[in-house]
Amino acid sequence: MSKLNDTVAWIDQRFPLTKLLEEHITKYYAPKNFNFWYYFGALSLLVLIIQIVTGIFLTMNYKPDGELAFASVEYIMRDVNFGWLIRYMHSTGASMFFVVVYLHMFRALMYGSYQKPRELLWIFGMLIYVCLMAEAFMGYLLPWGQMSYWGAQVIISLFGAIPFGIGDALTLWLRGDYVVSDATLNRFFALHVIAVPLVLIGLVVAHIMALHEVGSNNPDGVDIKALKNSQGIPKDGIPFHPYYTVKDFMGAIVFLIVFFTIVFFMPEMGGYFLEHANFVPADPLKTPEHIAPVWYFTPFYAILRAIPSKLGGVIAMGAAIVVLFFLPWIDRGKVRSIRYRSTAFKVLLFSFVAAFIVLGYFGLQPVTDAGKWISRICSLIYFGFFVGLFIISKNEKTKPVPERVTT
Amino acid sequence: MASKRGKSPGQSPGRSPQSTTGDVAIDATQDVSAAGSELANAESSIRTDQIDPGRRRMLVTGAGVVGGLGAVALAAPMVASMSPSERAKAAGAPVEADISKLEPGQRLTVEWRGKPVWIVNRTPDALGGLEQVQSQLSDPDSENSIQPAYAQNETRSIKPEILVMVGICTHLGCSPTYRPEVAAADLGADWLGGFFCPCHGSKFDFSGRVYAGVPAPTNMDIPPHKYLSDTLILVGEDQQEGVAA
Amino acid sequence: MITNNPPILIKMNVRLALCLTFVLALLGVNPVFSAGSSVALESPRIDAGSEKSLQRGAKLFVNYCMACHSANYQRYSRMARDLGLSEEDVSEQLIFTTDAAGEPTKVGSLMENNMTTEYGRNAFGVVPPNLALTARSRGVDWIYTYLKSFYLDPSRGGIGVNNTVYPGAAMPHVLWELQGWQKKVVVDDGSGHEKVKLELMSPGTQSVSEYDQTVTDITNFLAYMADPIKQTRHRIGMFVLLFLFGLLGIAYMLKKEYWRDVVH
Repeated sequence: MSKLNDTVAWIDQRFPLTKLLEEHITKYYAPKNFNFWYYFGALSLLVLIIQIVTGIFLTMNYKPDGELAFASVEYIMRDVNFGWLIRYMHSTGASMFFVVVYLHMFRALMYGSYQKPRELLWIFGMLIYVCLMAEAFMGYLLPWGQMSYWGAQVIISLFGAIPFGIGDALTLWLRGDYVVSDATLNRFFALHVIAVPLVLIGLVVAHIMALHEVGSNNPDGVDIKALKNSQGIPKDGIPFHPYYTVKDFMGAIVFLIVFFTIVFFMPEMGGYFLEHANFVPADPLKTPEHIAPVWYFTPFYAILRAIPSKLGGVIAMGAAIVVLFFLPWIDRGKVRSIRYRSTAFKVLLFSFVAAFIVLGYFGLQPVTDAGKWISRICSLIYFGFFVGLFIISKNEKTKPVPERVTT
Repeated sequence: MASKRGKSPGQSPGRSPQSTTGDVAIDATQDVSAAGSELANAESSIRTDQIDPGRRRMLVTGAGVVGGLGAVALAAPMVASMSPSERAKAAGAPVEADISKLEPGQRLTVEWRGKPVWIVNRTPDALGGLEQVQSQLSDPDSENSIQPAYAQNETRSIKPEILVMVGICTHLGCSPTYRPEVAAADLGADWLGGFFCPCHGSKFDFSGRVYAGVPAPTNMDIPPHKYLSDTLILVGEDQQEGVAA
Repeated sequence: MITNNPPILIKMNVRLALCLTFVLALLGVNPVFSAGSSVALESPRIDAGSEKSLQRGAKLFVNYCMACHSANYQRYSRMARDLGLSEEDVSEQLIFTTDAAGEPTKVGSLMENNMTTEYGRNAFGVVPPNLALTARSRGVDWIYTYLKSFYLDPSRGGIGVNNTVYPGAAMPHVLWELQGWQKKVVVDDGSGHEKVKLELMSPGTQSVSEYDQTVTDITNFLAYMADPIKQTRHRIGMFVLLFLFGLLGIAYMLKKEYWRDVVH
């Protein structure tokens, strides 16, 4: 034991090992009243690790070449030892990443985790989300199936909506060819396996540092640092380790049960995680009858389709993401948690989430008149949430926030 | 046992809801150094006076061991994915070689698992030389070298004259040259023929046995092989026991 | 804290139930398979565990389908292992193709057919697609119904047949000797609606139920080939889940033990 202590001391003189561990784990005081919704941050990190590790092993056998890519994926699925497991973990991980991130973001909306002083924390989180979308989009091209190909074609064409000839030049530059082609595949591979992950990891570090600087919010939205004991420890805080490490460990096991149930028993997830049409190799001359992005993009895709103008649709879709960045300033309220906020806020948040889910559903379906109108209404509700929040939060009737957290 | 403890608050004194509710109201100026006391713990949300270290250690160890097993089980497929795939194995399947046209003194090369495999029809002279060079070899009986049991003999082969051997030097993987000529100028007057590796100068006799004093550590490898007929060799599959050549 | 436990557990359960409902709802609205056919598809009664059915399917596949279609993601050797056949049997009875060197295709090779894409394009106007993944892109019901839905159609010059599942299909009715020939008839379904039906005009060598079994076997084999690891995957999955539930038990006790420290 003392040998270990000696070693640690030796390291500490040269590298702040103990200091880092204490600041971020053993002496990071988190509110004791975290509930179900507080698992998803740690779970996002877990999925990130799964994606990076499985991704490394996939690149060992994948070939980013228009002629070989599709067959190399099948090679991984059939010929590489346990290649199927690694690939299914990666494809399931991609979808599960969005599941946990959406739940994590919903938590932030519910408990006002974006409010002062956590604005930067929220912005780092949003940047992670945008990076994740880029990562998922580019990763989806790599299997080089019909959906990969035409999905990329459609999404890249969106940039063509930018006027003054910029759009066309931009799409040409992005593809590196006149259509999505081998050149596009090759650069998407480079961006997917190295460029975006590097940025992503950097942002995750920034996100966690910002979190540990200001401290975690909690379901009561109470600032636990306001009430410290004589040792300077928040009275309602408990050290992250061991209390939340053991709790998150348990949460991680529950997550892995869900994750591996999908991986082993329903890797296609009924066509949501792996689309049926993507089992057909990319054919630049034949568009599938119905192109839909993977489920995690469909709310935004539905907004795009709801607007009857190409430029307008692209702007609306972009705005739907950009507006989220400004949430800390749109919400002028002083009370964080939904527990103590007005009924108006609850109604707004509920309709926002409902609209998001309905948009997601219609984004998956072929265009119908009814679907178009419902999408339009839901798009209005989506943006209405931010307008409404800005208005009601000015003089919101809130309940008194307790001084200390409740259980 | 776990559930019993959890469900009966009576066994853990001082853990009833009333006492904790009371604690919250305690003034912050109370003495906090009295570790384990109710008052001190009210100051923080953690009380450490009722820990059962044995149980805790047991659970941590249990979680660590079982979780560690899980991590190893998860790492195993990743590691396994790096070993040869079905394609590599199919490409490395046994290959047939027809030796009906292989004259004495000639050599034939087939590819097996991406490596050159030589089939040499040795002349009686070449076989005769094997006995003579014995004393100059570092492993004359092939005790530290790789060959199937049926090829661990002086000729390192099933049929004395037919040598089937992986044409890769055991030093650093170069492919030696076939030097059957006796007393070659560059190999010295006592050279009785064999194989010479130009990379680092390792010398092997007609059975691929390495000479002493050269870099290669062992004799050249003999792959598993068998005779499908008198003139057809299958490289990559073992001769069955008891089937004499 | 202890008295609070049951309500917390109930709350957790409610949330879990909500999540599950959400997932099930998602599964309920399956996205459509890419083939948008208007015909109601029949579901075959395939038995993925039946080696006999798979072996018959494999035999039919290499005899009838592989003349034109390739399946070159799948290896013969893998098929032999998974279907309970020896590599020798497969080499002798199921491999009819030759490799690039003109030698009989080796058992470790991919199931490549011998028809060149040029020839396919000239003969059919399209290159016959690779069938290794069709069961995943179209679904087994589609394959099964498609193979039963060829009918004589004089309007289609060259091949003279059409298909109700895939109108305008370039594929001739390869199994006609077994099934015989069908024709399309429009009948009144009794309520004034017209309904398209296929009627057997001239029977083939197989009875209707025998032909159904033949098509079921082919479908079964195609389903196997699209996802050859499926059975192994399920078996490993059971062990993984059992292990994780065990670990969850320990993790739960560990969490409970530490959280005894936390004063609420």
